[in-house]
Amino acid sequence: MENEKNILEVRNLQVNFKTYAGDVKAIRNVSFDLRKGETLAIVGESGSGKSVTTRTIMGLNARNADITSGSILYKDQDLLKKSDKEMESIRGQDIAEIFQDPMTSLDPTMRIGKQIAEPLMVHKGMKKEKALAQALEMMKLVGITDAENRINDYPHQFSGGMRQRIVIAIALINYPEILIADEPTTALDVTIQAQILNLMKELQDKISTSIIFITHDLGVVAGMADRVAVMYAGKIVEYGTVDEIFYNPKHPYTWGLLSSMPTLDSSGDELPSIPGTPPDLLDPPAGDAFAARNAYALKIDTEQEPPFFKVSDTHYAATWLLHPDAPKVTPPEQIVERQKKYAAMQKDLVAKQRPSVPVEEQEEQQ
Amino acid sequence: MDYENAEKILEVKHLKQYFNVGKADEVRAVDDISFDIYKGETFGLVGESGSGKTTTGRAIIHLYEPTSGEILFNGKNVDNFTSKDDQREFRQDMQMIFQDPYASLNPRMKVKDIVAEGIDINHLAKDDADRTKQVEDLLETVGLNKDHSSRYPHEFSGGQRQRIGIARALAVDPKFVIADEPISALDVSIQAQVVNLMKKLQREQGLTYLFIAHDLSMVKYISDRIGVMHYGRMLEIADSDEIYAHPLHDYTKSLLSAVPIPDPEFERTREEIAYDGSGENDGKERKLVEIAPRHWVRAADDEIDMYTQRAHEASLIHK
Repeated sequence: MENEKNILEVRNLQVNFKTYAGDVKAIRNVSFDLRKGETLAIVGESGSGKSVTTRTIMGLNARNADITSGSILYKDQDLLKKSDKEMESIRGQDIAEIFQDPMTSLDPTMRIGKQIAEPLMVHKGMKKEKALAQALEMMKLVGITDAENRINDYPHQFSGGMRQRIVIAIALINYPEILIADEPTTALDVTIQAQILNLMKELQDKISTSIIFITHDLGVVAGMADRVAVMYAGKIVEYGTVDEIFYNPKHPYTWGLLSSMPTLDSSGDELPSIPGTPPDLLDPPAGDAFAARNAYALKIDTEQEPPFFKVSDTHYAATWLLHPDAPKVTPPEQIVERQKKYAAMQKDLVAKQRPSVPVEEQEEQQ
Repeated sequence: MDYENAEKILEVKHLKQYFNVGKADEVRAVDDISFDIYKGETFGLVGESGSGKTTTGRAIIHLYEPTSGEILFNGKNVDNFTSKDDQREFRQDMQMIFQDPYASLNPRMKVKDIVAEGIDINHLAKDDADRTKQVEDLLETVGLNKDHSSRYPHEFSGGQRQRIGIARALAVDPKFVIADEPISALDVSIQAQVVNLMKKLQREQGLTYLFIAHDLSMVKYISDRIGVMHYGRMLEIADSDEIYAHPLHDYTKSLLSAVPIPDPEFERTREEIAYDGSGENDGKERKLVEIAPRHWVRAADDEIDMYTQRAHEASLIHK
């Protein structure tokens, strides 16, 4: 990252949902930063709290949500202290979201040109003709073919991939500072998914948006993210750069996630799987929430919650295994392979960088 | 798999499944496909949405009347079952696991009744005690416990529900199971559990699977052979390792190039191969041709040389 400035700072966020059965502790003390121009991927299973995190940022939580503590700083202002009215002017202007299902996130009774132009008219008070002209430009930018003739079509006249392009056009028309993409390609076929992901990367370069990318597909994360945060049971358990998470993961949950996905080269009779199911967040277990499913769990995991241990300046993991007194364990085979690859890459990098370091320094000084 | 001595359990011959035949909106969902499935193997069917893979699965289990073509199961034509016994035997031997574990279980039935429905219809239980025992054994087989039998579907997670769906399919002791996207609705960590369960059951009970999915890395992992569908046609069939390492058809190449791999270094250098499908509809007659041993590609007469050349370059043929 050239510019290390944080555009969004989430601190100690806790969100409960009030239900008849009691309080569901959906987000349990989550903190992270989003830097300008980067893509931060949040990965985790359903129920881990990734969507609740972004909905809290957007101010779109259901009525029974109760934000018990924390702050979300955007441009030095706490979004959690904003009124509904103030949030309305931020949503779709400063922070926009692409939702998972392109089939349901568009209004079926409104022409798509108007849907794309609507944020301009609402937020900038633009006249309809001018807004529609800009919408047309946006349609071309996101690759909707024959845009002039299709601007007055309805959503049902488009395929799933094209609809997701329309959703992206709506989200980006105001050039938002932050784009939240919640499983934007999960409903799409792989070939269409590849197109949409390439489009997102291209547009990010053009309008330098910061992206929070939510997905459970680690393949997509590997291709999109600069940094990755892994969530489990309402907490971030590990975060780092994409290389650190994929090649040198430290948390046993990250190990489990990475090994339970078959790659195109894996074979063998048994796929490594994480046993059991995630804990019930009505009554989260004491200590490390992952302990019950963790083959590497220590005694302390069931008693005391692990703090974040520092692996590098950019890489932290919340597992007692990183404590100096913890026993040394060997990660699963697939992870060891990844670590070997990482070591080789680091070596290559050092070898490559040495002669070129002075050149880079000169450039930076200029 | 030993294919030299393998026995065919299912033969699909020139299957066509059209909808709205003769109307302006006629859809050729499956357009003249032929393939065989051998006893004990897992045949993976991949393709994008709309390629006809689900329709193929449904036509095989006879949820539709095929427009034309034949489906032979254990050598008998599925369409010509005249006697009730033949039909019941077929329904017993062939079972299906569905995609959505939330929609495929009746919310008003207890788990034991869901699982035992096939047992009841086929009169497979001697008495109530036997029925209960069979249900409990089945639940244990799929990794649930017998206390679960008097609960309702809403009390289970997605992965557990899919296990109930599998137990229901196994209740009638089938030979052939069609699994239509059985894991796509599940979380990554649960997907591996269900796939391992399916593999274990296959080893123990000698099941044959038709595994329909769009997640290409999972399909490769579970399948012995794979067929690639596009526009209702079968474009390529080969052993799963071979089709991934050496795809011969341009569409297969394109499809594989789009699969995201959980490896950032690989992703940074990945190049997608675009595919232009218009060539498929140029009016030339095409059929599946065995280009390399047990590697079939849909080709017109004048394309065979090109594919043979590709197979040579990939060292699939040695001449």
